[in-house]
Formats: sequence, C-alpha cells, structure tokens
Amino acid sequence: MNSIWPQLPALQIVIPLLGAVLVAFLRRGSLAFLVTLAVSWLMPFISAALLWQTMTTGPISYHLGGWPPPIGIEYRIDVLGGFVLLLVSGVSAFMIPFARQSVEREIHPSKHAWFYCMYLLCFTGLLGITVTGDAFNAFVFLEISSLATYTMIALGHDRRALLAAFQYLIIGTIGATFYVIGVGFLYLITGTLNLADLATRLIPAAVENPPAVYAALAFITVGISLKLALFPLHTWLPNAYAYAPSFVTVFLSATATKVAIYLLVRYFFSVFGVAIDFRALPVTEIMIALSLAAMFIASIVAVYETNVKRMLAYSSVAQIGYITLGIGLANQAGLTGGLTHLFNHAIMKAALFLAIGAVVYRIGSCKLDDLSGIGRKMPFTMIAFAIAGFGLIGTPGTAGFISKWYLALGALDHGWWFLVALIVVSSMIAVVYVGRVLEVVWFRPTGPNLKDAKDPPFLMMMPIIAFAVATVYFGFDTRLTAGISETVAKTLIGGMR
Amino acid sequence: MKADLILRIGTKLLLPFILLFALYVQFHGDYGAGGGFQAGVISAGMVILIGITFGLETAQRVAPKTLVEFMVPLGVLIYAGTGIAGMLAGKNFLDYSVFSSFAPKGRERGILFVELGVLVTVSSTMIALFYAFVERGRPQ
Repeated sequence: MNSIWPQLPALQIVIPLLGAVLVAFLRRGSLAFLVTLAVSWLMPFISAALLWQTMTTGPISYHLGGWPPPIGIEYRIDVLGGFVLLLVSGVSAFMIPFARQSVEREIHPSKHAWFYCMYLLCFTGLLGITVTGDAFNAFVFLEISSLATYTMIALGHDRRALLAAFQYLIIGTIGATFYVIGVGFLYLITGTLNLADLATRLIPAAVENPPAVYAALAFITVGISLKLALFPLHTWLPNAYAYAPSFVTVFLSATATKVAIYLLVRYFFSVFGVAIDFRALPVTEIMIALSLAAMFIASIVAVYETNVKRMLAYSSVAQIGYITLGIGLANQAGLTGGLTHLFNHAIMKAALFLAIGAVVYRIGSCKLDDLSGIGRKMPFTMIAFAIAGFGLIGTPGTAGFISKWYLALGALDHGWWFLVALIVVSSMIAVVYVGRVLEVVWFRPTGPNLKDAKDPPFLMMMPIIAFAVATVYFGFDTRLTAGISETVAKTLIGGMR
Repeated sequence: MKADLILRIGTKLLLPFILLFALYVQFHGDYGAGGGFQAGVISAGMVILIGITFGLETAQRVAPKTLVEFMVPLGVLIYAGTGIAGMLAGKNFLDYSVFSSFAPKGRERGILFVELGVLVTVSSTMIALFYAFVERGRPQ
C-alpha cells in the first residue's frame, strides 16, 4: 500500500490507457464493456485519494521517469486539479452503466469494442490534461482525447454525425494548433514548458518583451476557447452533441468541455495571471462580454430549437457562458461561482442528456413533436428531466441555484448591479426552453407513436435517477462543490498580481 | 502479365532492402535522425508496395488483417509496459534505471523498448489505414 500511494498520479492515467489496450485486444463487445466498467469504477477512488492528499498535505508533484522538473515532465496536482479529476472520474463512474444498452441500440455490433476503446482513450486524455503540469504534455493529452472524440461522434447512427465529426475535427485541430503556437511562443520566450516554471520565468520576460507574451496569451486563449466552445467559437458543438451516440453526448457535455475550462483557468490564474497584470488588459471585459453573449444568444436559439438534443446543446453553450463569466469576474465569489457551476452543470447536463438518451432508446427520436405526453409513459425519466431542468434554471434547492448565487455575489463585489439583473434575466430564458419541453412532455395528449414507450431498463434508469438526486443534493450540501471551489479561488486569486 | 514484368521483378528485388532500411532507421534512431515512427512508416510502405503491385490478397497474406489489428494495441502495450516495469520496481513511471544499474545503459535499453512499441503501432496503423481505404466498397 505504501509503495502504491506515491504512484497514484501516474496510475490515474496508466490504468485507463491499459484498459483501452485490453479492450482493443478483446474485440468482444460485452467483455469490452466489463473492462470499461471496471476501469470507470476504479478511477474515482484514485481521484478521491489524490484530492484528499492535496487538501491535507498540499500539491502533489510526480516526476515522470524520475527526471526532476523543469527538465522532465511533471505531473502536478493541486486542489483544483484534484477537484476536476474527481468530477471527471466520478461523473463517468455514475454514467457508465447506461452505456451498454444505449450503445447496443445505437452502434453497429462490429464496432462496440472499438467504441469502448475510444471511450477509454478519451477518458485517459481528459484525466491526463488535468494531471499534467507540463504545457506540451497537456497538448498531447488534448490531442488524444480530441481524436478519440472525433471517432466517437462519427459513430453516431445519423449520417449527419459524419459531417458533425468532420466539422469538429477541423475546428478542434485549429484550436489545438493555436494552443501549440501559443506554447511555442512561451517556450521561445522562457525556454521552459513546465507550467510552474513558466509562471516564474514569465515575470521578467513580460517586462522585457510584452508583445510576445500577449501573443502567447491570445493564441492560447483562442485555442482553448475553441475547445471549450466559448461563444462565438461554439459552432461545432450543437451538431456534434445532437448527432453523436447518446452516451457520447452525455460524456462530452459532462467532462470534455469542463476539462478545457480547467486548462483555461490554469493558464489564466496560474501562469499568465502570475506574470502580467490583467487589469492592464481588456481580459475581464472580453470574457464578460462573450459570456453574456453566450448566455443570451445561445439561450434564445435554444428556445426555438425543435430537436431536444440540439436544444440542450445550445443550453450547454449558454451554461458555459456562466462558467466563463465567473472566470472573467476574477474575484473570490465570482470564481467560486464559476468553478461550482463547472461541477453543477456537469451533473445537471448529465441527467438531462441521459434522460433524452433513454427517450431515444425507447422511441428512436428526440424531436419535440414526437415527445408529446411521453411523461405519462416514462414517468421516472421525465421527473428526473424536470428536476435537472429546474436545476438548469437555477431554482432554489437545486445545484444550479448555488452557482448562480455565487456568480451574483461576484458581480456585486464589483458593484455591477446590471450584471446581477442580466444573470436573472438569462435564467428566465432557461425557464422558457425548459418549460417548453416540460409542457409538451407532461400536458399534451400522448401521441400514437408512444404506444410501447416505457421507462428504460434498470441499468439505464439508475444513472438518470442518481444524477437527478445529485442535482438536489448539491443544492443543499455545498461542502464538496462550493466549499472546495472557495479554497481553490482563494489560492488562485492570491497567486495573481 | 507480361507488361508489368519489370514492375513485379523490381518490386521483389526492392522489398528486402526496404525492410532492411526500416530496421536501420529504427536502430539508428539512438544516434541520429530516425526512430520508431519513421521506421514504422517505411516498413508499412513495404506492405503497401506489395498491395499495389500484387494486389490486396497477396498483401494480406504477408500481413494478415487479424495480425495488423493485433499489432495496433500491442505497440501501445510495449510502450506502457516499459513504463510500468519502472513502477513495479518501485520507481516512477518510465524510469529507465530499472533496466540496468548503469544509468546510460538503462536509458539506452528503455528507449529501445519504447521505440519498438512505436514501430509496431505506427507500422500496423499505416497498414490498417491502407487496408481500410482499399477495401471500401468491396463486398465484405
């Protein structure tokens, strides 16, 4: 036990990677699922151990190959990293039982094993981005997760999935290229790729050669923003989410964008924020303007969307806006709100997309017109959908309320009353698009296409209920979400100039 | 048959040298340009050349599909296994010092294993891509 403890940061990456290899060897769908299940259920324990370790004894540094940083690659996990690790692995562990039957229904049997292989590789990449303390290593993991994602989206039943995957491939590659150009600038200026070392060496470099540092900041910001779908760089997201297999949509919406946001926070607060004075740059203004645009425009588009998956995808763009709003506010309460929403949105969107995945499993469609009165046929699924929908709106007593509360506090700390009003108004638009679905689902007469519809099998039902319960639970117990976010925000803002 | 005699004989003459050159690039990677990736592409080029000249069936006799699809994860396993060997010895992931008590020797061996993994995966992936493109539209 003592010898395995220091190896946990590497095991967090190596176990899912080995799982992917094993799945590729097995080539049998059912065995592949069992391996995936075992890996997914093991990971949260490692993440929880790492988070606990960072909270009690401080950041963990793991030297890959025994080379000390900044020469070698360092895996560095602080409280923020542990928090995101626990989010990614925990959410995956809860949603994985849903995968088997959903995948059997939506993906050709010959491709099941490859699908789970890609899933585990994507999982490896996302955990890797969070664990690593090296700018270029983060790029490698970003590519691993992205390439696996493109494949998973292209496996969608609908032929438009191919186009969506190709669109994401092009945009995602541009994003990755921008990121690596930015890292190239940083390497030219400082001669190091270790993030902590970068931050220290950037301090003199920012005085000597500000344009190069600003160029690096711009490239990295745009590159990561493409990945996290910050408005107006979100165009790949709605189609990718709408046409990917249901399980992939759940996984991506709950984890992939969140990890990209983590990377942005890492660069803003732990690298650039340490070296340059952000108050001299219009970063706050740009972030807040784009976040507001996302919150309003994407929400309004969601109101007019007739495909529920696409509607939820636009809602994701809007919700990402709340998270980046917290990053833009860059004060204690605002950043706490943003990071809390990172967690809460993952849970709520997982519940919503899982519920819609169950509907697709039963009736093979997610067009709003086909769902009329489905609430009476699939009551538990739709109750879970309603609870998560209320969370999305920000109703008190749900997780969504907590994060929006902190965001509003953050806006007040700046004295920006109008921003508080805008947060409330944009939540009202969420009432419209969530309400529209609830109206169709519960109050319209049951359509003839729903004769055989009923709640999904037990294994698919459990994750839906779990996430709906979590939406309410984290609305009351905020120790894990807001509590940790507060600690993180204090450290991050304390480290800034 | 007659018309492409030169092509067929020429290809047969070239094949061993392509493979030899791939191995040269593989092992020369320690000292100069080259390594597993380049060697993998070159050795896959040999199979692709067979496929172009003698047809897909011949190529798949040389490199059967099941073998190719087995090699793709095998290379990753060799790479990851090299790292795990370090962990099993109580060192960090990818610590090469487990392969020899003399540090430079250990690193040389470690890199040899890692590059072998890269060779296997890159070569088989290239061949798998070639097969995937050529087999498109054919009855399965």
